[in-house]
Amino acid sequence: MSEAARPVAPLRAPVADEPVYAPEPLIGIEPTDVYGMITLRGDLGSEALEAAVDEAVGLKVPAALSVVSDGDARVVWMSPDELLLFTDYSEADAAVARISEQMGVAHHMALNVSDARAVIRLRGARVGEVLSKGAPCDCSDHGFSVGTARRTHMAGLAVAFWRLEPDVWEIVALRSYAHHLLAWLEQAAQPGSEVFA
Amino acid sequence: MAERLSKGGLLIDRDQPTTFTFNGDALQGYEGDTVASALLANDRMLVGRSFKYHRPRGIMASGAEEPNALLGIGEGARFEPNQRATTTELHDGMVTQSQNHWPSLETDVGALNAWVADKLPVLSAGFYYKTFLFPRVAWKHIYEPFIRKAAGLGKAPVEKDPDSYEHFHWHCDVLIAGGGIAGIAAARKAADEGKRVLLVEQTAHWGGRALVDGDQIDGQSGPEWVAAQIAALEAMPNVTLRTRAMAAGLYDHGYALVYERVSDHRPGLTGAPRHRLWRVRTGQTIVATGAIERPLTFANNDMPGVMLASAARDYATLYGVLPGRKVIVYANNDDAYRTALTLHQDGAKIVAILDIRAQAAGDLPQQAREAGILVRTSTGIAKAIGGKRVDEVQIGTIQGEKMTGREEYLSCDLVCVSGGWSPVVHLWSHCGGKLTWDDTSAMFRPDDSRPPTGSDGQAMTKCVGAANGVLHTTEILPDSMVRAPTEDVLQPHWFTPSRGKYAHGTKHFVDFQNDVTAADVRLAAREGYESVEHTKRYTTLGMATDQGKTSNINGLALLAGALEKQIPEVGTTTFRPPYTPISMGAITGSAKGPLFKAVRQTPMHGWHDANGADWEPVGDWYRPFCYRRAGEDRHAAVNREVVNARRNVGLLDASTLGKIVVKGPDAGKFLDLLYTNMMSTLKQGRCRYGLMCTENGFLFDDGVVVRTGPEEFLCHTTSGGSDRVHAWMEEWLQTEWWDLKVATVNVTDQWAQVAVAGPNARKVLEDAVCDVALDKGAVKFMDYVEGTLAGCPVRIFRISFSGELSYEIATPAGYGMALWDALRVAGEPHGIMPYGTEALHIMRAEKGFIMIGDETDGTVTPQDLGLFFAISKKKTDYIGKRAQERSDLVRTGRKQLVGLMAEDPQMVLPDGAHAVKRRREHVAMTTIGHVTSTYYSPTLGHSIAMGLVENGLSRRSEWIDFSTGLGEFMRAQIVDPVFYDQAGEKQNV
Repeated sequence: MSEAARPVAPLRAPVADEPVYAPEPLIGIEPTDVYGMITLRGDLGSEALEAAVDEAVGLKVPAALSVVSDGDARVVWMSPDELLLFTDYSEADAAVARISEQMGVAHHMALNVSDARAVIRLRGARVGEVLSKGAPCDCSDHGFSVGTARRTHMAGLAVAFWRLEPDVWEIVALRSYAHHLLAWLEQAAQPGSEVFA
Repeated sequence: MAERLSKGGLLIDRDQPTTFTFNGDALQGYEGDTVASALLANDRMLVGRSFKYHRPRGIMASGAEEPNALLGIGEGARFEPNQRATTTELHDGMVTQSQNHWPSLETDVGALNAWVADKLPVLSAGFYYKTFLFPRVAWKHIYEPFIRKAAGLGKAPVEKDPDSYEHFHWHCDVLIAGGGIAGIAAARKAADEGKRVLLVEQTAHWGGRALVDGDQIDGQSGPEWVAAQIAALEAMPNVTLRTRAMAAGLYDHGYALVYERVSDHRPGLTGAPRHRLWRVRTGQTIVATGAIERPLTFANNDMPGVMLASAARDYATLYGVLPGRKVIVYANNDDAYRTALTLHQDGAKIVAILDIRAQAAGDLPQQAREAGILVRTSTGIAKAIGGKRVDEVQIGTIQGEKMTGREEYLSCDLVCVSGGWSPVVHLWSHCGGKLTWDDTSAMFRPDDSRPPTGSDGQAMTKCVGAANGVLHTTEILPDSMVRAPTEDVLQPHWFTPSRGKYAHGTKHFVDFQNDVTAADVRLAAREGYESVEHTKRYTTLGMATDQGKTSNINGLALLAGALEKQIPEVGTTTFRPPYTPISMGAITGSAKGPLFKAVRQTPMHGWHDANGADWEPVGDWYRPFCYRRAGEDRHAAVNREVVNARRNVGLLDASTLGKIVVKGPDAGKFLDLLYTNMMSTLKQGRCRYGLMCTENGFLFDDGVVVRTGPEEFLCHTTSGGSDRVHAWMEEWLQTEWWDLKVATVNVTDQWAQVAVAGPNARKVLEDAVCDVALDKGAVKFMDYVEGTLAGCPVRIFRISFSGELSYEIATPAGYGMALWDALRVAGEPHGIMPYGTEALHIMRAEKGFIMIGDETDGTVTPQDLGLFFAISKKKTDYIGKRAQERSDLVRTGRKQLVGLMAEDPQMVLPDGAHAVKRRREHVAMTTIGHVTSTYYSPTLGHSIAMGLVENGLSRRSEWIDFSTGLGEFMRAQIVDPVFYDQAGEKQNV
């Protein structure tokens, strides 16, 4: 890993004719660019993988459709054989190495994908309402309790999002789509467009 | 005349007057009015001209079933045609206009149509199949333009829609469509059971007919009961209530669309979308959509002043508007008597109630008589008389199919008609629910034994209240104490006989919006259109924007009569969503303008944009086609880029290429099956150009595969193919070869990638400070190394798509701009310039390299392209191998890759031009191939092209003809597709 500080490319390139929105959107929309992310594919039920995840980020393997977190560390269930791990950006390669060591010869894939996705934190009581303008899953309190994580589609692209606290959610999409996702979220969070009073 | 009463009107607020215009005239209304109620309050009954005959038309209904009062609302970019005045809420400053007339509503030249049609039946059913045929030459310049101009009622808007729209997904246990008493009661019941309930109502108010019809529920009036129930529902956290929300369609698996008009009634509300389309996933649906009153079919029944009976009392009770002062009620049932009683109480003179039945002895007729209203039984209207408003009716005694008795005239200005009620069964029918004909009530109602079913085979929808054919409050609320009159049964009446020329039914209107008469329906039957679906299309009955809400049942009853069949035998036409028209904007939602389509951007996108990039779409990405400098057109820019790359060095953003990591003990085995090449033998630190074929043996993607670890490969794909190839890999692994220990991850976005190509490429990298030795021996052609370049962690692949000395450098996307900048700066003294996709394409074509999508079209094999070097002979199998052994894929005569030199080297062969076996004139020619790639080559100073030609590999030096237009040809010689540096020396320096 290079010594130089990692320059951060903007998540969004300037777009001509961008609409101007009122300054107080319905929810807080905070793009973050600080995470290290690791895609881990393997047998999620195996002891080796459990130990590897613990070694890497100090967390347990989550159940299907859920997220576990502690500070900045997270583990998100992405599919029956895939997890997305979050750690510090500078720690990601080391975490991958620790995973490989734990897994040994057991078939798995651990890849540093820290740059592949954009992460946006969403805050407020209306996050579920705003997400429901684009995603077909049940984002209400009834259908999306704290700790739930889902992959779905929204704004014409594949996304994953999860709920860490009642009013704190995070959403990820591929980096190349991030500008579009941000623009969509800003429009969907426009004050005046509340669905419920 | 119609007028506003001095008091009354449940829905209006007399403290909030509003002004609006109709055809330029300034009129007054109140908050709570619809445009229709406000027009009537200003005695504006005439609101339009009919479609074919341009007959004067007036407001007929009070709700979504209105066929006549279609207005253009708004101005400029917000102008919208064909809006129903009855469902458009009035707001201050609204601009409205009537449609389909010239020069004015009152004096319309189009009325000539009616005059002509009276003399000759040129506009009757199916006229467009019979008229406008001769002379044939008149069709293109006279008939068609005329018909196009005449088609439709309103003017199409011409400016861009400035409003925003959105979708909203919602999940619930029970969706209830309809906020009348049946829907409200169903909502209470489901909510009390703890279910998640969504109750939607299309108008702005709750209660439906209970607000008007006067029944008492549990000691409360209709409005009181409704208000109390809604208040209770509003307090329940598991209940969501929405007004101005219409359930538009019901689909499989409990998916329903609800169309919410969020801010139509408050235009300019900052930030609010105009419409919101709810995409609902529900466990059960309860259809409480009520019923629609049917008109009666008599001569001139389309005249302004003829109104549905329930609508007349709706205007009086809900809006405080009396639609007329001298009122005739014409009906075949007891319910219509409510209108006479209401209008009588509001001060109108009820001239008479004309009942076609022989007896009218129910509670309501009794009440009418007690109020001093004249009731005449066995009486019908032979015709309505008047011009722009009804003045009088001619009546007579109905005896069977005839009108008898003396010709009697009754003066009136309002005729309230009722032929019975039709349950609104649309949602039930959308998803497969069937109907049954109830002969006693003369209605189609839901057949409970054949409901729409869910994935478990159980009923997922039920109808309640009037939508289920249950019209009386006592039966809708069996658990409540209801005080309501009992009603006698109706008598079906589908055609009131008339006298003289009116007897034939040419002025008995059935579909008011499309000007379809009873005579038209009978004509269709006589001409053999027996199926109701055929009759619909032949006559256009039910095909207008009202979708036959007031005409379907009357029409099919007439058809049944004409065919001497029973009504259930004839059946109904298919009900299709949406129930009433919804805006295109609502369907689009937020996918408008910049959000229309998600476009992918590389980390260097901003730099390209700021430095003259001319964009072109590639898959979901935008890539620079070229970078135009001041004074350059595309051609000049591209030429400059190509010349510079081959002379000095060029810089290309290659981040869009697909990148997929394939890892595992069986990774090599897996890739051997996916590619035509032997990939498992690829050594660590080496690259190999690979071809991927479909199961049918056709080439569909290509790219360089890199061996990055003992069990790890990095596969590159085309820019447009990354998702498809990844899905292809996963499909094979998950469904066919799940025993292979292989994992794949799509890392296209993880890596930014830059190509540095040209004689000075190595110098640029060295000057950019690379910690890896780059001399020719250290990094050979098709080698891969890792290191650091300009402080960025990099992977360097020495591969070439241009045929020059070339390196592709990958770095994590966050470093992409830093790398791009560092290479640009380091390259300045070496003449570096960025180049785009067109320069890329020209350079590879100069070298005879194929491109997926140009040289391939889904029918081309690698063998056709001469790519034998990439097809392993040692492998026993790969996807497509067997297919490539089929006779059609190995026969002689297949089209094969060739280079093409145009006879005139300065002329560029048109892309896709077809090669012909022989030039012919006026006769179809046999084609033998086509041009697949074609450019002007600034490197060589002449045009170059590649193509696929039959037996091309064995036809070197032959001249062939290409058809380039009608009777035009270009000659070209078949040559080696490698036009430049045939020895391949330049990439080996």
